[in-house]
Order: sequence, then structure tokens, then C-alpha cells
Amino acid sequence: MSDVMVRAENVHKSFGSLEVLKGIDLEVRAGEVCCVLGPSGSGKSTFLRCVNHLEKINAGRIFVDGDLMGYRERGGKLHELGERDVAKQRRSIGMVFQRFNLFPHMTVLQNVMEAPCRVKRESKADVRDRAVALLDRVGLGAKTESYPGQLSGGQQQRVAIARALAMRPKLMLFDEPTSALDPELVGEVLDVMKDLARDGMTMVVVTHEIGFAREVGDKLIFMDGGVVVEQGAPREVIANPQHERTRAFLSKVL
Amino acid sequence: MSDQTTTERARPEPIKAVPVRHPGRWVTIAILAVLAAMFVHLLVTNDNFRWSFIFLSYEDGKRGVMFTGPVLEGLRGTILLTITSMAIGIGLGVILAVMRLSPNRILSSVAFLYTWFFRAVPRLVLAILFGNLNILWSRVGFGLPFDKQIGDLFGIDNFNGQFYSIRAVDLLAGFVAGMLALGLSEAAYMAEIVRAGLQSVDQGQTEAAVALGMSRFQVLRRIVLPQAMRVIVPPTGNETIAMVKDTSLVAYVPVAGELWFQLNAVSARTFVVFPVLVAALIWYLIICTVLMIGQFFLERHYGKGYGATGRARQRLRDIEVEQGGRITTTGEGT
Repeated sequence: MSDVMVRAENVHKSFGSLEVLKGIDLEVRAGEVCCVLGPSGSGKSTFLRCVNHLEKINAGRIFVDGDLMGYRERGGKLHELGERDVAKQRRSIGMVFQRFNLFPHMTVLQNVMEAPCRVKRESKADVRDRAVALLDRVGLGAKTESYPGQLSGGQQQRVAIARALAMRPKLMLFDEPTSALDPELVGEVLDVMKDLARDGMTMVVVTHEIGFAREVGDKLIFMDGGVVVEQGAPREVIANPQHERTRAFLSKVL
Repeated sequence: MSDQTTTERARPEPIKAVPVRHPGRWVTIAILAVLAAMFVHLLVTNDNFRWSFIFLSYEDGKRGVMFTGPVLEGLRGTILLTITSMAIGIGLGVILAVMRLSPNRILSSVAFLYTWFFRAVPRLVLAILFGNLNILWSRVGFGLPFDKQIGDLFGIDNFNGQFYSIRAVDLLAGFVAGMLALGLSEAAYMAEIVRAGLQSVDQGQTEAAVALGMSRFQVLRRIVLPQAMRVIVPPTGNETIAMVKDTSLVAYVPVAGELWFQLNAVSARTFVVFPVLVAALIWYLIICTVLMIGQFFLERHYGKGYGATGRARQRLRDIEVEQGGRITTTGEGT
């Protein structure tokens, strides 16, 4: 039961009259790496943002580690969670964005330390040690005092990963983490993610990196038009797609 | 192979060319020089400036009019008034800006109505109005609102729900009235400045902070406001400097402890008009110069992580790496 980290049940999401998600069912087990593929506009990023309640879903349920995201069910009625409770749920879910979204007015070290110090109110000395260790792990131990604007895109994204990890999340969400990078910088970010996967982190990765999905992924989801078209073991889906849509997409990106 | 040839090739002579001439610039400079000389000549030779009256001796005293007691008191009042009214303006302005951006329609319309009203009323009119505001009440204070009406409802005569009150004439006159008029009016302008600043910060910043589990207040205080400051500080410096000058308006509230009021009183008493105006001008110049210096340092503080210098240094370092570390002139310290 608690073996399942993410469970989505019939998730619907609309922006105005535009229905972006039309019933997503999904299960990610603890320790699994789930890669989400699909053309742009297929709703994969939106779905990821629904998982940590950055977007409110219109119908369905999303559970993370058994907790219903964003709501409390009491007496058969759904109550919206207050800001504080939503924040508490988000603490254990790390998120990495396509455009890094590092805090430009803080040094790399301050970026990583901010949330553990302010949100979890941990002692500064502990957090500093952990932050330095994390930055070392992503290969940026020498850049602690730099500002994000002084780093390359790949370095910034690795800091963003360290920043998310500093909260000791049980789940990591990656929203096209390498799409904004120069081709030669993609590798360094993927290496960090592979390392993370090897350590047993549960990850949901929206990506266009087929190679990464094949090599690291335990599960591959192919989305199009707001529905899951196909899912399965990455190697099988990539080598032998069952659906016409999947085949067409893969033939274009491979 | 091209590598070898480039490394072996000798560095050519540095270019020594005759620079382009700009005769127009020199003509302009000559005209400006003549005008400046005329101005200095005017300052030095025209006795009507009465410099000694301004700087050295005023009414047989040993000090010029700029440095006499009442004028210095007035200067202190002007500075105090600037600080307090700007504090009200900035504090209330931030609250109004946050209200204006609230998804709640009522909160945002209240903020809109506030800015609409206070931006539409001239400060001079507002200052005089606030000076006369005490005509509306005999006493003002804190307590239960509508206490009289509530008392009537329950049949209690003269029910008093005030915890603390003070005679309106004592509170709403002079300095406090001037401070409120300027501060409340400033808040309307600051609200717009702060709103522009908040909106200039990338939405992704809020998302990243919220995804880390930060509360809305923490996001505002730690992430959005510090970045908005870069946009907020320059126009706020403008506003502060404008405020120094607008404090002269409260002379009509009237507020006596204020620079312009005091200097005006001097010219009314001594019938010396022009030198007194010059004295006022010099004081306002000095205050505003100090403020501009302060603004420079404030802007530098909030420019951290953005500075063109940082980026330029990084670009230089990139070139260095590209060329195998041959450029070694950069200072590494940040």
C-alpha cells in the first residue's frame, strides 16, 4: 500500500474551456523512475504540476505516499486544504523546473539553504553542512558563493536539483529539466539524475530524452491529447510501440 | 594545423591612427564655458545675493541666516517629516500593492479606490484639508466603532466605548496633520511603484518557492520583494527627493517646525527676500545630494547577483577557459 508513491485516479484538469487532462490514471511505486513522454501540449507538464498541487485539478484524485493532495476527505465531503497544509504536503516533494527558477538574488549556497532553514526551521550549521555536501555531490562544491547569473545553464540546473534535495524529499518531479540547456550541457544534468535514480529516489520525469528514459526509467508513460496513450517498460515501449500515435512520435524524435 | 600557424605568428603592431575630430563638440563646450563663466561672475559680483547675510552674519549675529536656530529647527522638522511620511507611504504602499494584486475582488478594488482618490487630490489642497480636519470631531481615539448607536440600541444613554481618546485639535493639527497628508498621499504613489516591482518578478520564482513548501508570506518577504526592490528602489529614491521638497507644502497646514516656514518668516520679518530664497535652495540641494548618495548604495545592494560587472567578469572567464587560460588579467575576487 505505502509501496505506491504516486497514484492518480481519473485526473481531469481544464484551463477555462480548454480541457488539458482528460482522465489520467497512473501509479508510480516507491523507488521507481517514471518517465513521461509526449508531444508539447499533451498535458504532461500540467499533470506534473498537479501532483504537487501547483495546479488545482477539476476532477479525480491524486495521492502521494497515501496522502490525498490538496484536499481532506471527511464524512464523504471534500474540504480544500489551507495554505499551510498544502505547503506541508509540498515539503516532501521536490520539483525541478525547465527554466531552473533559482533565486537570482541569493548565492548558490543560500539557494540550497533557504527552504530547510525557513520552512523546516532546521539549525543553520546542520543545513550548511548538508547543503555543501549536496553541492559537492552535483559537482558544484567550488561554486557555493557564486550567484546563479554567473553559472552556466547546466550548473544552474544542478543547483536546482541540490536545492530540491535539501528538503529530503521522498519524491522528485522533473519538468523537462534539460529542455532549456545547450546540447553539450544536457549530459551533466542527466548524470546527476542517473545518480539520484541509482540511490533509489522515486522520480517522475517529464522529458524528451529518449535515451535517458530507456536507460534509467522503470516505467514509461506516453501522453497525447490529455490522456495516457500507452505505458509500460521503457525498452519495450520504445522498441515496440503498440499505438499508432506513439509510433509516429517516436519515429520523429529517435 | 591552423592552430600552429596562429601561435607562431607574431603579434602585429598596435593600431596608431589619427582619431576622428568632433568640431561640433568643441563649439558646444566653448559656449557652455562662456555661460558658466557668466554665471560665476554673477554669483561673485552681484551684491544683491548678500552672501554674508546667508552664510556669515544675520541681524548682527555671528551666523548667517542658514545656520540660525529657528532655521536649523526647521531643517530638523523637514528631515523628520520626510522620514515619517515616507515611512507611512512605503509601509502603506506595500500593503496596498499586495491588496491590489489579491485575487479577491473587494480587496483589490479598495486598493484601487485609495490610489484613485489620493492621486487625484493635489498635495497642497490635501495638506490644508488635513490641517482643518479637526473640525469634524471634538475627540478622536481608539475603541468600539458606532458605540453611541449601539448604546442607543440597548437604551443606554451616552454609552462610551472609547478606550483612549484625545482632543482632535491637539492631534489633527500641525506636524501630525502634515505628516498624514503627505504620507497618505505618498502611499498611493508607492502602491503603484511597488505593484510594478512585484509584477516584474518572474512567476517561476513564486512557483519554485511554493514548491519548496514556503508560505505565501515567506515567498513575498524572502523571494519576491528582494527581487522587486531592484525595480522599486530607483523610483522610490525619486519619490523621497520629491517628498523633501513637498514638505514645504505643510507650511500652509500650518506647520511651524519646517524649513520653508521658518525661512519665509525670516523674509517676512526682515524684508530680505532673495537671499532667503537662495538659502532655502542651498539647504534643499544639500539634503537631496545626501539622499542621492544613499540611493546609489541602496541600488548597489539590491543589484546583487544581477550586476553587469558580474556578468562581464563571467564572460571574461568563459573566454579565458575557451582560450586555454591565457588571459590572466582578471581579478578573481567577487
